[in-house]
Amino acid sequence: MTQAYQKVAYYPGCALEGTAHAYDRSTRAVAKALGLEIEELQNWNCCGAMEVKSTDPKLQTYLSARNLGIAAKMGHTAVMAPCNGCYHNLKKAEYDLRNDPASIETEKRISTKAGHASYQPGTVETIHALDWIKKAIGEDGLRARVKKSLSGLKVANYYGCMYSRPRHIFPEKDKGPGSESTLKPHFMDDVLGAAGAVNVEFPLKTACCGGAHTLSDSDTSTRLVLNILTTADACGADVIATECATCHSGLEMHQSRGEKVFGKKTNVKILYFTQLLGLALGLSARQVGVHENFSDSVGMLRARGLG
Amino acid sequence: MPIHEKSLIRPENIIRHESMNLQGVDVSGDWSTFIGSRTITDYNEDMQDEIAALPGGEYIHRCWQCGSCTNTCTVNAIEARFNPRYWIYLIRIGLEEELLRDKDILWQCVSCNKCTYTCPRDVVPEGVMKATAHWLELKGHTPDSPSTIFDREFSNQIFATGKVEEGRVLRRFFASTGQALRQPWLESMVIGLVSRLPVKMLLRLGLSAVLRPKTRKWSKSRAAITDYLQQQGRAERRALHLSAGEGTHV
Repeated sequence: MTQAYQKVAYYPGCALEGTAHAYDRSTRAVAKALGLEIEELQNWNCCGAMEVKSTDPKLQTYLSARNLGIAAKMGHTAVMAPCNGCYHNLKKAEYDLRNDPASIETEKRISTKAGHASYQPGTVETIHALDWIKKAIGEDGLRARVKKSLSGLKVANYYGCMYSRPRHIFPEKDKGPGSESTLKPHFMDDVLGAAGAVNVEFPLKTACCGGAHTLSDSDTSTRLVLNILTTADACGADVIATECATCHSGLEMHQSRGEKVFGKKTNVKILYFTQLLGLALGLSARQVGVHENFSDSVGMLRARGLG
Repeated sequence: MPIHEKSLIRPENIIRHESMNLQGVDVSGDWSTFIGSRTITDYNEDMQDEIAALPGGEYIHRCWQCGSCTNTCTVNAIEARFNPRYWIYLIRIGLEEELLRDKDILWQCVSCNKCTYTCPRDVVPEGVMKATAHWLELKGHTPDSPSTIFDREFSNQIFATGKVEEGRVLRRFFASTGQALRQPWLESMVIGLVSRLPVKMLLRLGLSAVLRPKTRKWSKSRAAITDYLQQQGRAERRALHLSAGEGTHV
């Protein structure tokens, strides 16, 4: 197992302080249950999400570079982000600061004016919460630590867009056995499989939920989310496991909107993968924040002896 | 389902023959001319350069029209008119009139990056869609799209404080686009949540709306970003041949 990930810097991001509070709670609870140390980035700033890049991608590079610089200053070699948006933007900044002269120049210029050191690419490795658990503990390690197996709970693993696209910002992926695939990701399947879940064959793992326009073009988002939800239902999934704050709140919001506005009811529940993992590690539903989700999974989990 | 990339049958291309007889066979009715013979003289020769000058549009010149972007496009699958391959073609040869037919849907790219993933020429079609949508706004062809309004609201909050408080973005976006905050689907979602949340948590959420999250010692970053944005805004307007007052979207 990767020793380097036993202690990592933690970048929660804005969503995990707001709508995705349950993701933050369950990530911290899982870290504690697994004996992994996470240290929150001091005085971090927003990564720019999907919005700043539409104003100017180079500003997004600056925002993420500042956060990477903080991790370096705190003496960390790896920063872990559970939110796909944060993870994607840190990766994108790392890529741009290695490859794009104009981005390098802009980052230097703004950092200098802002009065802090500019970030040197290659100093800090960005990892997703999935990389962190998969590499710091691994499937065998998880199997040994499972106290309450998910025992056959049928899960559709949903990774969304930003975890694997565009491929060039993830140079460590697609490197054969043991590495993550950008076309057909499997780290969440591996982790939850080890916790006892049955991963259903789910063709829309990396489909788009329309998260970038979840409010500005709601009808498009609802249609895209309904594709995902109805497919998960058809695949026999009890629950969709998510690993992105934007995807998660998008699925929850448009499940409600799909029913109220489009008259299309779907039954599948939506939980963060850290919540499912936490339950398997013996944590209570409350400890992993199931009551904080908009999607009400309390009854479903209780019926299966997991609540 | 066959790939139906675009339709050439448009109402204005249809000619009605009230009575037409071809070698004794009656073929009266509606006939599509597909494309009427024409001479195009009003190419906008600056269009590609202007869009390439905006963030995201830099690599449009690399496109060799393979169509992989449209083939993987999330939005194309639910709206056949949304056609990045075709729009890139129009921009590159300067058919502005033709591009303007789709000006009202062009902003709807959801940035899923499937096109950028698959593009064999690294055109970054996702970026080209953003640049083109901004070009349409800067040139005054379209009003600011809901997406632009949302992005601006969101970005300005980050530039001002270093962080984002989602509730505030939501309220301000609904207000600036004239929508009611009390959407029935949003309400039923919130009521369900509130009924499950403990009082302590509700208080914490309420408090965060008053004490907005922010990054400490952000003022210098804010000043540097503002400075950069103003400079970029000026450069963009110059590239698009706009006078100082026009196209001040940033």
